[in-house]
Amino acid sequence: MLAKRIIPCLDVMNGRTVKGIHFENLRDSGDPVELAIRYSEQGADELVFLDIAATNEKRKTWRQLVYNIARHIHIPFTVGGGISEIRDVEALLNAGADKVSVNTSIFRNPQLIETLARQFGSQCIVAAIDTKPFDNSWYVHLNGGRVQTQTRALDWAREVSERGAGEILLTSMAGDGTRNGFSIDITQAIATSVPIPVIASGGAGTMEHFAEVFEQGRADAALAASVFHDGDIHLRDLKTYLKSRQIPIR
Amino acid sequence: MKTAIIQYNGGNVCSVQFALERIGANAVITDDAETILSADRVIFPGVGQASSAMQYLRNRGLDRVIKHLRQPVLGICLGMQLLCDHSEEGDTSGLGIFPLQVKRFQVTTDLSLKVPLIGWNTISNLASPVFGNIPENSYMYFVHSYYAPLCEYTVAQACHAAPYSAALQKDNFYAVQFHPEKSGDDGQQLLKHFLNLY
Repeated sequence: MLAKRIIPCLDVMNGRTVKGIHFENLRDSGDPVELAIRYSEQGADELVFLDIAATNEKRKTWRQLVYNIARHIHIPFTVGGGISEIRDVEALLNAGADKVSVNTSIFRNPQLIETLARQFGSQCIVAAIDTKPFDNSWYVHLNGGRVQTQTRALDWAREVSERGAGEILLTSMAGDGTRNGFSIDITQAIATSVPIPVIASGGAGTMEHFAEVFEQGRADAALAASVFHDGDIHLRDLKTYLKSRQIPIR
Repeated sequence: MKTAIIQYNGGNVCSVQFALERIGANAVITDDAETILSADRVIFPGVGQASSAMQYLRNRGLDRVIKHLRQPVLGICLGMQLLCDHSEEGDTSGLGIFPLQVKRFQVTTDLSLKVPLIGWNTISNLASPVFGNIPENSYMYFVHSYYAPLCEYTVAQACHAAPYSAALQKDNFYAVQFHPEKSGDDGQQLLKHFLNLY
């Protein structure tokens, strides 16, 4: 049976992870490779690395880091941040990334999804959608949430799926950082409207939240950052808990 | 021991090389017929699209090379599908080792069956030496929209609405639909078993 996936997300700046990460017995808490190995040993199903300071001059460092991660971990990982062209994707996949996450660039140029899917296969193209509600509707936001668009998240989700994205990474900006729980309504609306898997993100605070987003939200995977980094939820405990709720978990 | 990983424009093949490095094995990534023929083990990986991958292999005469290999060969994901007779993906004729028609997963009207299948799925009815002590119902990492049905050469099953071949074996040809190079410790074990066959 196909398991629901738990995905820790690491924000990386200049080759180091940012945000406080509190693991016991970790000498150097900022090294993305060391953290990746640690999470993988604890039972993470996948990892996501976001380059939060993506600039042209730093691309080379980023690719070198992706290469080092790929050499050391034996679970799949996605990289994102500032990807706007075919050659960016090619360089990251060649460095060993399994998937790339694209956001603003595909919204500005939706045909890019088809181009990337044709060249690299749908399975490695993750369409990231950041969304926030306004007047009872969820709208797509760009540039890390700073720019609101007039496009409804559900419509955009259908479009990225039809154009060939292999997965949707749905971040609720209403939930992000609040720890009040995933946004179940929009997650469920999208997960039941597209044939491709949906990764829910934003709002994880308790183990119960993960159960909710799988059971009611119908998400295929759940992504979180701070609850794992701060040590508030241990991956192994979370997986034991979800199994006890009869949710299929590796 | 020399292991050759067949290079073709099917995408990321360095993951397989990294996985072999982690278990202390050396492997070369190559599309050179001589290097492939003289290797002790051949890995035929693949992420990407079936018809363009077959085209690449044909243009270099590698289709015939692969078919006639006598050493243990391991097809992974698209590599496994290309070892079959035919794939619906791009209406592609394969290498014909396994007498199978590779089909696309059918999306259901309620959209409960996700395609592509992405994630950790259990494998069962394990019946090949490449599994060694890997227990029944272990999780392996799969990423695919097309699948090989069950047949007499099926040596592991997985299920996505219906059961399908998670692994095939015939003579010196071994093939897995999942990615052992991305399947954690169990995947690593499988690669070790493959390198240690006979």
